[in-house]
Amino acid sequence: MNRTLLEVRGLRKSFGALLASDDVDLEVLEGETHAIIGPNGAGKTTLISQLAGNLFPDRGRVLFAGEDITALSAPARARRGFARSFQITSIYPDFTALENVMLAVQAHSGSSFRFWRPAREEPSLRSAASAILEEVGLGGRSGVLAANLAHGEQRALEIATALATRPRLLLLDEPVAGMGVEETQRMIALLSFLKGGKTLILVEHDMDAVFSLADRISVLVYGRIIATGAPEEIRANPEVRRAYLGEEVAA
Amino acid sequence: MNSRIRAIVPAAGLVLLAAVPLAAALLDQPFYLDLVRRIMIFAIAALSLNLILGYGGMISFGHAAYLGVGAYAVGVLAHYGINDGYLQWALAIGASALVALAIGAISIRTSGVYFIMITLAFTQMLYYLGISIEEYGGDDGMRLQVKSQFPGLIDLNDANAFYYLVLAILVLALFLGQRLVDSRFGMVIRAAKSNEVRTRSIGFSPYPYRLAAFVIAGAVCGLAGALLVNHTAYLTPEFMNWTRSGELMFMVILGGMESIAGPVLGAFALLLLEDALSGWTQHWQLVLGPLLVLSVLFLKRGLAGLVFAKNE
Ligand SMILES: Nc1ncnc2c1ncn2[C@@H]1O[C@H](COP(=O)(O)OP(=O)(O)OP(=O)(O)O)[C@@H](O)[C@H]1O
Ligand SMILES: [Mg+2]
Repeated sequence: MNRTLLEVRGLRKSFGALLASDDVDLEVLEGETHAIIGPNGAGKTTLISQLAGNLFPDRGRVLFAGEDITALSAPARARRGFARSFQITSIYPDFTALENVMLAVQAHSGSSFRFWRPAREEPSLRSAASAILEEVGLGGRSGVLAANLAHGEQRALEIATALATRPRLLLLDEPVAGMGVEETQRMIALLSFLKGGKTLILVEHDMDAVFSLADRISVLVYGRIIATGAPEEIRANPEVRRAYLGEEVAA
Repeated sequence: MNSRIRAIVPAAGLVLLAAVPLAAALLDQPFYLDLVRRIMIFAIAALSLNLILGYGGMISFGHAAYLGVGAYAVGVLAHYGINDGYLQWALAIGASALVALAIGAISIRTSGVYFIMITLAFTQMLYYLGISIEEYGGDDGMRLQVKSQFPGLIDLNDANAFYYLVLAILVLALFLGQRLVDSRFGMVIRAAKSNEVRTRSIGFSPYPYRLAAFVIAGAVCGLAGALLVNHTAYLTPEFMNWTRSGELMFMVILGGMESIAGPVLGAFALLLLEDALSGWTQHWQLVLGPLLVLSVLFLKRGLAGLVFAKNE
């Protein structure tokens, strides 16, 4: 529980004159749920993208389980145990829910340079994918085209896809964004079920979700981490309250 | 009901195609045999393009290159008196695969308009190469004096036998194509088309899969080129003209990119229409153009969308 899984040192990323990551240092412990909060445009998604390898930093290093992975591509990181969900749902709309997840299972079970046997008939892919759909509450929806799922279901499907890669580190970018109250409750329940077994980095605006799930919280403002600590420390931190939390916590 | 149609249509199509030589003989119209054989050869080429265009999302505007390479492989060997069909066709397939490997290795690193332009540019290079080599007839091309020889197996001078060989290769290509797109490999190239970022995030680097698909498509089209040069008994750089590449794309889009059989329908529709219209008026292109535009606008899933039901 206290070994460092992910370490970020001096990460810097600018878009023109805009500094989206300003010397970010971050340490994520094995097994913890680490929330990253901050106002709109603070650079949360940019940070997640640099962790997942979708975006490369101008400076700084990312270490995963002691290995320097700064230069590794997204697929290479995925093979080392990274999985991510996107702020804007990223699934295969023209595949069924089951096919979405089966493909992620396939990515981590043997070669995909196989040309003969229909993938959908591989029992091991099917059963693993079905079990994960069951786990996220989509058991009854496996045959539905992903495009035809409700928004909340699509978010759950994306989580299922991430889980199917059996990740060591799960990066979730606003998993409850755009969800109704009920859907949000269901997603929080799902995440608290996952938490503990996995290491999670959770970017979220929904403070209910953050304070019910996070073991530690880092606050990002204008590309800088201004505080990291346990939820009650963050709640009490005057700088954080001023910069960001004020209204929500007071309310 | 839908699954029944799905089973009946290909079977009916196969019976019709198999009956063409008989019908042509009964009607004393050998021309039809020739026409349908030519269409089937283009159907094989279009089917191969669909693997990368429809399933892989790679808008290759240079697929005629492999028709040309396959045809030249046969023609050039024949030019030097090597008429062994196995050797000729193996070279047609191998050389096309190699050319596709070279072109793909570079072009697949780009995307969007750049990909379209690079594939077009490479094909134009091959086209001009064909024009510039006087030894092989340059601009005019050259006759294939002797068709590919398969002693003991088949005589391509026998019009019916050649016809059935093309039909058999078409059916085989359809069958193997279906296996391919449903396989693990096929799922990866479809996934990379559908959502590249997601595909990378679950751990697939699309490049090697795309390149392999590009090479397979090139090799199959090279075989179509070997068939084509035997069909026409003539070889010209026009096989690689960019308008040819455009025609192949049209067959794919018109027929429908979401099924293996779609491009076959597209090849038949386009070439039959071309044939009918050109018999009717010399300005047939003026009629064909708008028809194609309308079909693209109104048949979102192509002709296959009319014939086959959608999944789900
Ligand atoms: N590719 C890009 N090019 C230019 N600017 C960008 C790019 N991506 C992000 N930005 C800018 O960088 C800043 C940080 O963006 P980012 O998406 O990381 O913020 P965020 O904290 O995720 O915001 P939100 O809470 O709205 O999702 C913003 O000002 C954004 O406009
Ligand atoms: Mg964001």
